[in-house]
Amino acid sequence: MKKLIRAFTFGIFALVPLFVLASSGGMHLDKAGNDLADKESLKRGFDSYVSYCLGCHQLQYQRYNRTFTDLGISEEEGLAKYLTNGQKPGEHILNTMPAKDAAKWFGSAPPDLTLMARLKPGPDYIYTYLRSFYIDPERPFGVNNKVFKDVGMPHVLQGLQGIRTLDEHGNLTEAKGGSMTTEEYDAFSRDLANFLEYTAEPNKLEREAMGYWVIGFLFIFLIFAYLLKVEYWRDVH
Amino acid sequence: MFANLMAWIEKRLPLMDAMNKHAAQYPAPKNFNFWYVFGILASVVLVNQLLTGIWLTMNYEPSNEGAFASIEYIMRDVDYGWLLRYMHSTGASAFFVVVYMHMFRGMMYGSYQKPRELLWLFGMFIFLVLMAEAFMGYLLPWGNMSYWGAQVIISLFGAIPIIGDDLTLWIRGDYVISGATLNRFFALHVAALPLVLVILVFLHILALHEVGSNNPEGTDIKKPKGSVPLEEQSKFQFHEQYTKKYDIVDAIPFHPYYTVKDLVAIVIFLIIFCWVMFFAPEGGGYFMEAPNFEPANGLKTPEHIAPVWYFGPFYTVLRVIPDKLLGAIGMFSAIIVLFLLPWFDRGTVKSIKYRCTAHTVNLMQFAICFIALGALGTMPATPINNMIGTIATFGYFGFFVALWIYSKNEKTKPVPERVSG
Amino acid sequence: MSNAPVNNGRRRFLTAATSVVGGVGVVGLAVPFIGSWNPSARAKAAGAPVEVNVSKIEPGQLIRAEWRGKPVYVVRRTEEVLAALAALDDQLKDPESTEPQQPVYATNAYRSIKPEFMVALGVCTHLGCAPTYYKGNFEEQVEGVADGFYCPCHGSKFDMAGRVFQSVPAPTNLVVPEHSFPSAGTLLIGVGPDASTGDA
Repeated sequence: MKKLIRAFTFGIFALVPLFVLASSGGMHLDKAGNDLADKESLKRGFDSYVSYCLGCHQLQYQRYNRTFTDLGISEEEGLAKYLTNGQKPGEHILNTMPAKDAAKWFGSAPPDLTLMARLKPGPDYIYTYLRSFYIDPERPFGVNNKVFKDVGMPHVLQGLQGIRTLDEHGNLTEAKGGSMTTEEYDAFSRDLANFLEYTAEPNKLEREAMGYWVIGFLFIFLIFAYLLKVEYWRDVH
Repeated sequence: MFANLMAWIEKRLPLMDAMNKHAAQYPAPKNFNFWYVFGILASVVLVNQLLTGIWLTMNYEPSNEGAFASIEYIMRDVDYGWLLRYMHSTGASAFFVVVYMHMFRGMMYGSYQKPRELLWLFGMFIFLVLMAEAFMGYLLPWGNMSYWGAQVIISLFGAIPIIGDDLTLWIRGDYVISGATLNRFFALHVAALPLVLVILVFLHILALHEVGSNNPEGTDIKKPKGSVPLEEQSKFQFHEQYTKKYDIVDAIPFHPYYTVKDLVAIVIFLIIFCWVMFFAPEGGGYFMEAPNFEPANGLKTPEHIAPVWYFGPFYTVLRVIPDKLLGAIGMFSAIIVLFLLPWFDRGTVKSIKYRCTAHTVNLMQFAICFIALGALGTMPATPINNMIGTIATFGYFGFFVALWIYSKNEKTKPVPERVSG
Repeated sequence: MSNAPVNNGRRRFLTAATSVVGGVGVVGLAVPFIGSWNPSARAKAAGAPVEVNVSKIEPGQLIRAEWRGKPVYVVRRTEEVLAALAALDDQLKDPESTEPQQPVYATNAYRSIKPEFMVALGVCTHLGCAPTYYKGNFEEQVEGVADGFYCPCHGSKFDMAGRVFQSVPAPTNLVVPEHSFPSAGTLLIGVGPDASTGDA
C-alpha cells in the first residue's frame, strides 16, 4: 500500500514540470513591484487614470464612491475633484466617447480596463506594457509595443516618457526624453498598474484578510475535531 | 411530551429507525483509510454548490447583454457576493478533485466488482451528470473562454454523421452560441441537472447501504448467519436489518465513529479549500481562466482555447485522434469504458493488495496516463504534446483491455477472511 | 454490546466543545448568505438622495419626486393652508406628531423644515396606496376643510401636513422622509440638514 501511494505521488510530481511549462506564456515581463495596500500609490494611479486613460477607456464595473472609500478619498474631495460633470458618486467610472465613433477612429473600440489586470497576466503586464512603446512608422499611430504586437493605440504617454526605438536585439533605447525621468515614468506606470490591479478585484485585500481568520478558525476546529475522533476511536482500537 | 411527539411521528414515519439503519447502527468496516473520505467530501462540496448556486441565481442575469455584467455586479456590488461566487467556482474544481479521487479509490480496491456493479453505475451516472452540469455552468459567466469553450464542445456533436449539423443547431437554438443557448444552459444548470444529481446521489447512497461498504482489504464484513462465534463478532450493536441475516465482523457503527473521523477529514479539506479560495481563487489560471475576464465575443477567439482542467483527460483523447468523428467517438468511449469497468474486470479478488503484480502496474500506468491526459488537455497542441497524448490514450484504453485479459486467470494472493488488527 | 457512548467527562466535554466551535462556524458561514440580501451598491446608488428644484413650484401646487422607488409629494403651502392646520387638531389621530413618522427636525406643527414646503411620502400608511391631492375641494371628504389628501383605496384622509384624520383605516400620519435644503431653491430628499442619510 505504501509503495502504491509512493508510486502514485511520484507520478503526480513527475508531471508538475509539465504544468509549469504550460502556464508560463514565454513573454518576459518586468516586475511591477506594486502594493495594493499603498493607498497613496493607488490615489496617484487613479489621478493618472482619470487624466490620461479615462478619455478612451472606461471602468464600467467600478463605481466612484467605492473607489473613494477604498482609496481613502473623502466625499467632498471626490465630488470636487472627480465628479466635475455632474456625475453622482454612485455612478460607474464612464467616459462620454461614443463606442461607434471610437471603433471608427481606432479600428476597434478601446477596451474597458476594469478587469484588464486579470485578463492579462497581472499588474506586471500593465507595468511592462506602459513602458514598452517604440517607434514603428508602419503602424497607423507610428508606434508599436513590445508586449502587445501591433497595438491599435497611440502612445498617449509619449509626452511623459519620450520616444524610444527598438533595435534588432529587441532592446529599447531612448531617442528623445520626455517630461519625466525614466525613474519617474516607472513610478508612474507602477501606480497605474497598481490602480488597475485594484479595480480588477477591489475585494482582494479584504478577501485575503478574511482568509487568515477563516483558516485560523478551521485550525482551532481541527484540534477539537481531532481530539474528539481520538476519544471515540478508543472504543475501536 | 417530547417523547410522545417523537413516538407519534415514529409510528407514522419511522425516521429514527431510518437514522439507525443508515448511521447509528449501520455497520461500516473498521479499516477505512485515507482514500475513503472522498465520498463524504463530495457530499460536502455538493451541498456547497447547491447553496451558493441558489444564492448566485438571486443576482445573476441569464442574458446575452446582462450575464457578464451581472457577474461583476455580484463580485463588486452585492455584499459578500465575491465570496459566494468564489465558493461556487472553487467548489466546481474541488468537486472534480474529490470525485476523481473517489473513483480511483473504487478502482484500487475493486469497489465496482460484484455485488457493487449497480453502485458503480450510479456513481458513473453522477459523474456524467456532473460533467454536463459543470460544462453548462461554465458558460454562464459569459466570458470569452466560456463562449469558445462551449463553441468547441457543442461542435463535437456536429461530428455525428447526417444529423450532426442539425443537432448542433438545435442544441444552440441559434446559428451561433447566443442568449438562447445561455438561457437553456442556465435552466438546465440551476434546475434540471441539480435535481437529477441529487436523486442520483440518493440512489448511490441507497445502493451502497444495500450491499454495504467495501474496504481496503476487499473482505466481506457480513458473514452467513451462525457462521461466526459470538465472541468474534463485532462488539457493537447493529440494526436488525443487518443482523437478522448476517453475522457482522470487523465493523463499527458509522455514527459516531465515522462521523467524527469524517469531521476531521472535512475540516482538513476545508482548510485546503479555503486556502485556494481566499488566496488563489483563480487556481493559477486553471480554475478561472484569464480570457474569461472579458465578455463573450463571437468574433474574437482567445489565443489558446483550453477546456477547464477537469475535462482535460477527455479533451486530449479527442484531440490526438486526427479525425473529427473518430475523435468524438474516442472521447465518449473514454467515458463509456469507465461505465463498463465492472465487466472488463473478470477477477474475483477486489483489493489491489491481493491481486497480481500486473494489475498494480496496470493501474499505476492508468493513473499516470490519466493525469498526463489531463495536463495535456490544458496545453497547446504541439507535435510533442500530441505524441505524449497518443501514448497516454493508448495507456488509458490499454488498461481496460489488459484488465480484461489478465483478470480471467489471475494469480492472486490469498485474501484473508478477516481484517487484521 | 451497546453503541451508547462511554459516559465519561472527557468525551462529553469534547463533544460539547466541538459542537460549540462547529456552531460558531455555521453561524459564520451563514453571514455571507444573510449579508448578501442587504441592498447592493447598485440599489444604494439608485436610492441615493434626490435633488428637486422647488423654486418653480406655484403656491398650492404639488409635484411628485421619486426617491428609492417611492413617490414623494412636495407641496408649496400657502399662508391660508398653514393657518387652517391648527384648527384641525381635534379631528386628528396624532395632531402633535408623537409617532416617529418624521425626523426630529420636522417634528413641529407643520411637520416640515420650512413651513412653506410640505415633504411627505405619497404612500398611505394603511396599505400603501398613493393618496390623491384634493386642492380646494376637500370639502367632499371632510366638512369645512378646503385642502387635504384622500386615499382612494380605503378612504383614509390626511390634512395638509400629512396628519391622519380620525375614523379612517390609516393608523399613522404620512411619513416625512429625511430631507434638507442645501440652497434656497433646492430640496434634497434622503439627507437631513445634519447630513444624516437616514440609512440607520
